[in-house]
Amino acid sequence: MIRRRLTGYALVLPGAAWLVVLFLIPMYLMWRLSLNSGAVESGFHFNWEWANYKEAFTLYQEQFFRSFYYAGIATVVALVIAYPLAYGIIFYGGRYKTILLLLVLAPFLTTYLIRTLAWETILSDQSPAVHLLSAVGLAPGGHVLGTAGAVIAGITYNFLPFMVLPLFASLETIDKRYLEAARDLYASPRSAFWRVTVPLSTPGIVAGALLTFIPAVGDYINANFLGGPNNRMIGNVVQGLYLTERNYPMAAALSFILMVVITVAVAIYIRVAGSRALMGDDLSELG
Amino acid sequence: MSVNGETALTVNRMPRAGARSPAKAIAWLRRNAIRIYVGVAIAYLLLPIAVIVLFSFNEPTGRYNLVWSGFSFDAWIHAFSVQVLTEALVNSVKLAALSAVVATALGTAMAMALVRHRFLGRRLANLLVILPMTSPEIVVGSALLSFFLIVGIPLGFETLILAHIMFSIGFSTVVVRSRLVNFDRSLEDAAADLGAGPIATFRLVTLPLIAPAIGGSLFLCFVLSLDDFVVSNFNAGTTLTFPLYVFGASQRGIPVQVNVIATMLFAGTLLIGLVAALIARRRGRTRFVAEDPEA
Repeated sequence: MIRRRLTGYALVLPGAAWLVVLFLIPMYLMWRLSLNSGAVESGFHFNWEWANYKEAFTLYQEQFFRSFYYAGIATVVALVIAYPLAYGIIFYGGRYKTILLLLVLAPFLTTYLIRTLAWETILSDQSPAVHLLSAVGLAPGGHVLGTAGAVIAGITYNFLPFMVLPLFASLETIDKRYLEAARDLYASPRSAFWRVTVPLSTPGIVAGALLTFIPAVGDYINANFLGGPNNRMIGNVVQGLYLTERNYPMAAALSFILMVVITVAVAIYIRVAGSRALMGDDLSELG
Repeated sequence: MSVNGETALTVNRMPRAGARSPAKAIAWLRRNAIRIYVGVAIAYLLLPIAVIVLFSFNEPTGRYNLVWSGFSFDAWIHAFSVQVLTEALVNSVKLAALSAVVATALGTAMAMALVRHRFLGRRLANLLVILPMTSPEIVVGSALLSFFLIVGIPLGFETLILAHIMFSIGFSTVVVRSRLVNFDRSLEDAAADLGAGPIATFRLVTLPLIAPAIGGSLFLCFVLSLDDFVVSNFNAGTTLTFPLYVFGASQRGIPVQVNVIATMLFAGTLLIGLVAALIARRRGRTRFVAEDPEA
């Protein structure tokens, strides 16, 4: 028994140590760095400089709120696009199900950055897609690049597979007999969908929303390539402060605020959306 | 007779034609709406890839490869002629291979421990595996940069390896764990009953059975590392990977070779993925036959 326990420790230790040294300790050091004062030329020192937080928030609250706003819209749009897609593949894909899922995941095999550059081409002023959009009145002035819409569209596209995968996984586990039972009990196809399929796929919706929203809030690639100066997100600010201006304490404070706000938001969301839904316990209640 | 035949034909045709137009078309559309939607959505997902491939045959007039201006094989023939880009690509592949192997070794061990062993701090270890995956990349990247700055480790290829292994461990653990959870333990007990020690049991029974998951983990970690931009952007120093090269070049003008290499990487990883999936399926099938006592 003791030997088994020791084997467990021996197996878990190398990986855990890696994560402690290169994730937990860096998080702690970043928090400490955020309470430093000084400048890169004269050196930084730790003196509980909470003013960094106040300053970071007052200076950059616009980018903060914009990030959550863009990420929120992108998550909702991604859900609206992804749900019928996953549903269609599962219930109508037949023997092509696996191939269709592979096609959905194929964009992951090209670099995120290059996919965004491809969208820059597709949405550039000379592109036929933009001519079409402006012909139907969706691109005022014939421009799409440099607008909030372009950034949100880019985020939606880039994180869409993250939404499809959990939806796919949870729709696939639905026992079709529940749907037959609903029909036997005179539910219309529509009401069977809304009252049986959708509630049973809640774990997928919750997981998909989290997997899309979390990376979307911190993203800066889409704003960088598809947006203009008025579309900068908090990620752009953190990147600029760390890598260009080298104002490390302020950058660390912003990054830390982002982490805390996301953690709190996720905790509230899970509580509201139901941790049971996330753990996939709903079926046992029905069964 | 002929007149009769003609009228018969017309009479026959008329209602058919009438029913086929609007009403039938709408009925057909309604029946197939979801299939059409799946097709359109997948086309939308693949559109940027088509653009990347198409623009690898472009002959741009300026420094930017954003507007179509003529067909050319030039960039494909001279795919590796941009030296900095080729070096960045070599860095990326080395980094991806190394971090995939190490992360999969660490992740597999962690998955074994988390599924098979009860020990103090198991829940904590679980949390530790999940946290880096659920944090925004920019937070992970900037925390690591803070760490390297404070500890005084110079940024470069080594810091990239440390970082890439770190963010891959969790994914590897999750992939291998999902296979171990559905694992028939009686096979190992049988091996032990037949006198195999723990190491022999692992090598002869456990490892072959979890091999598909280990393969999946290697592939996933390789692709994750190859595609990573954010964490690398923070922790590379002056070292270039393929995505970092593209980011730098995007401000000065992007050579068409970027599209060629992106196309190669896409086709290459897709091929590896498909071959691996095929092998896994065939092996799965033969194993099933071998295990069937009736066969």
